[in-house]
Amino acid sequence: MMFNAPESQKMNTNAAPVAIADPKKVDLPTGFKTVRTPDPEPRPVRVHADDVCVFYGSKQALFDVSIDIPEKAVTAFIGPSGCGKSTFLRCLNRMNDTIEGARVEGKITLDGEDLYDPKLDVVELRARIGMVFQKPNPFPKTIFENVAYGPRIHGLARSKTDLEQIVVESLKKASLFNEVKDRLHEVGTGLSGGQQQRLCIARAIAVSPEVILMDEPCSALDPIATAKIEELIDELRANYTIVIVTHSMQQAARVSQRTAFFHLGILVEEGPTEMMFTSPAEKRTQDYITGRFG
Amino acid sequence: MNSLVVAALLLVLLAVSYQVGLSRSRAVATGSTLKMHSRPNYHGMMVALWCLIPAALILLAWLFFGDNIERSYTLSLLPPEVVNSDPNQLRDVLRRVEQISTGYGVVGDSQPYENAAGQALQEFRLLTFWSIVAAAAAVGIIGLLAMRARIAPRLRARNEFETIIKFLLAVCSGIAILTTVGIVASLLREALRFFTFISPIDFFFGTVWSPRFAATASGDYGQYGLLPLLWGTLMVASIAMMVAIPLGLMSAIYLAEYAPRKVRAVAKPMIEILAGIPSVIYGFFALVTLGPALSALGDMIGVPIRATSALTAGIAMGIMIIPFVSSLSDDIITQVPRAMRDGSLGMGATKSETIKRVILPAALPGIVGAFLLAVSKAFGETMIVVLAAGNAPILRFNPFDATSTVTVSIVNQLTGDTNFASPQSLVAFALGLTLFVMTLGLNVIALYVVRKYREQYE
Repeated sequence: MMFNAPESQKMNTNAAPVAIADPKKVDLPTGFKTVRTPDPEPRPVRVHADDVCVFYGSKQALFDVSIDIPEKAVTAFIGPSGCGKSTFLRCLNRMNDTIEGARVEGKITLDGEDLYDPKLDVVELRARIGMVFQKPNPFPKTIFENVAYGPRIHGLARSKTDLEQIVVESLKKASLFNEVKDRLHEVGTGLSGGQQQRLCIARAIAVSPEVILMDEPCSALDPIATAKIEELIDELRANYTIVIVTHSMQQAARVSQRTAFFHLGILVEEGPTEMMFTSPAEKRTQDYITGRFG
Repeated sequence: MNSLVVAALLLVLLAVSYQVGLSRSRAVATGSTLKMHSRPNYHGMMVALWCLIPAALILLAWLFFGDNIERSYTLSLLPPEVVNSDPNQLRDVLRRVEQISTGYGVVGDSQPYENAAGQALQEFRLLTFWSIVAAAAAVGIIGLLAMRARIAPRLRARNEFETIIKFLLAVCSGIAILTTVGIVASLLREALRFFTFISPIDFFFGTVWSPRFAATASGDYGQYGLLPLLWGTLMVASIAMMVAIPLGLMSAIYLAEYAPRKVRAVAKPMIEILAGIPSVIYGFFALVTLGPALSALGDMIGVPIRATSALTAGIAMGIMIIPFVSSLSDDIITQVPRAMRDGSLGMGATKSETIKRVILPAALPGIVGAFLLAVSKAFGETMIVVLAAGNAPILRFNPFDATSTVTVSIVNQLTGDTNFASPQSLVAFALGLTLFVMTLGLNVIALYVVRKYREQYE
């Protein structure tokens, strides 16, 4: 479905690469086809994106991205800075709505339901598709209040004991409970960076989302904290569909089952992680993974 | 004319000395195998400073001591019987001489000795002015030459220059601090003099304010109870805050969180214009429009509301303070990191839930700081209350009735004929001191709260 798509732009992005009038658009990858390699044993699809284009003002940041995100698996988005991977991630729970001048075209569905349907309730959607951000961003409240935030606003707990149970469960799932059980009522911002990020994951889990989006969740953390988060992601995979944006190729290789490589606003290639890191079909993927650019 | 000459002198010294330093430095650099420690412009600036500062010191010294020297010179010109006459008469004569010397002319006939002294003073003044200018120029040139001689490859001109600049900046901030200290000290001294007339207990705990005029029966100074004024101040300020806090905070939330960029670009300056309106205009707006309107409203609902009352003044003052509250709160709300908003919105919170549960709690200390600053502004506000509060320094608890405040009483006590030896005028200093302590206290609390807020996200 289209959102105020000027007809000319739509034509432009689908046209064959011919002589382009605007010199700034020379590099635009018009008419490019993403190289796809399916999983050997296909998983059920949870999120499906079709020809997604994103504009910030007049600047186009994403070009016709189409991808299937499988259930109960980790999908990693990799690519150099500014390639559009975070932009695409933010499309998946409509966080781009909060950016003034951002416009999304194309179709994204969760279990067949259109995310950009004007009748859809964004609040409900974001409860189903949670998000963990690049920098740990606990609220300046207590650890308990941070985790209880989501259940409170969505009215998930019937009683105080209910709420406590949700908080404890979430903290346990985020493997943070043992470290903080004695100081649940201390301020969350007093934790270490890695603990803060796990607190944010606990906060996201507390509303029982179906999909968890992670935007470079380890980029502000040291290697030990990173290892813990990666371990956690691996555990969460059993119950959640996870999409992770990362700058670290090793991390993508370690935690994900499928990998998508973005470059200059297009999805160049996607496939099973193992294959992407051993025998990518595209030369650009190969070059990026071996560190020749990016 | 004189100041032009001085300015020209300083400018010429500046230009010449800088150029001298610059070219000397270049010459030294080309003639030497050593690498210059400082770049030529630092040498130039050093020479300029060493030239200007001594010259400026001479001029400043004349500014401070010139008057006294002139005065003693004039006294030496006058006949001894005039000098030894009573101080008031002498002051009068000195003023007349001064006027003759500047060519203003005097009222009535001037005495011959006055004319002579005036003439002599005029010549003396011309002479001293040019000698001072010459002295300043000479000292400047000596400084210039001395500094020029010092220029060498290893001279650390850059470091010296930085030191001097640091010192000059410290002097500037010292002047500001000294001024504050001076004001407080003079307030304190005069207030203490007041307390020799009226006991502090009667002042701080008295409930009646009725200072007699100085002219009436001597010995009875009237009563100086602070409480009615303090109560009036608190009442007007709280009414003002009841208007300003909700309106200011809500508009800040709208502007910071909801308003599209275009609306914000127009609305924010519009609200800030409110702050640019002189308070006397709010005063007569209150007096002419708001007061009668409130009074009519009171008639309609059957509550007697005076046109000039605590309510009128408070509402007008509240409107005046709105931009203060909204602008500060807006800054603080927009300072809450985007990550907080994203975190909350990403959980599926609505915008208003995000504001209520995350942004406002995070910004609260800062907003409280803004409120306290606004309160201290309300305490100090004068013009609106003078015009619209009814000037009735009586301890009354009805906000619909006329009242008076500390500031209004200061104005009343200091307008008209004032004699700074009587408690009627001196009380103004005691009131001023009270007000100062109150606003200072609030400011200290506000600064403390704001500082605490700053550490929140670090």
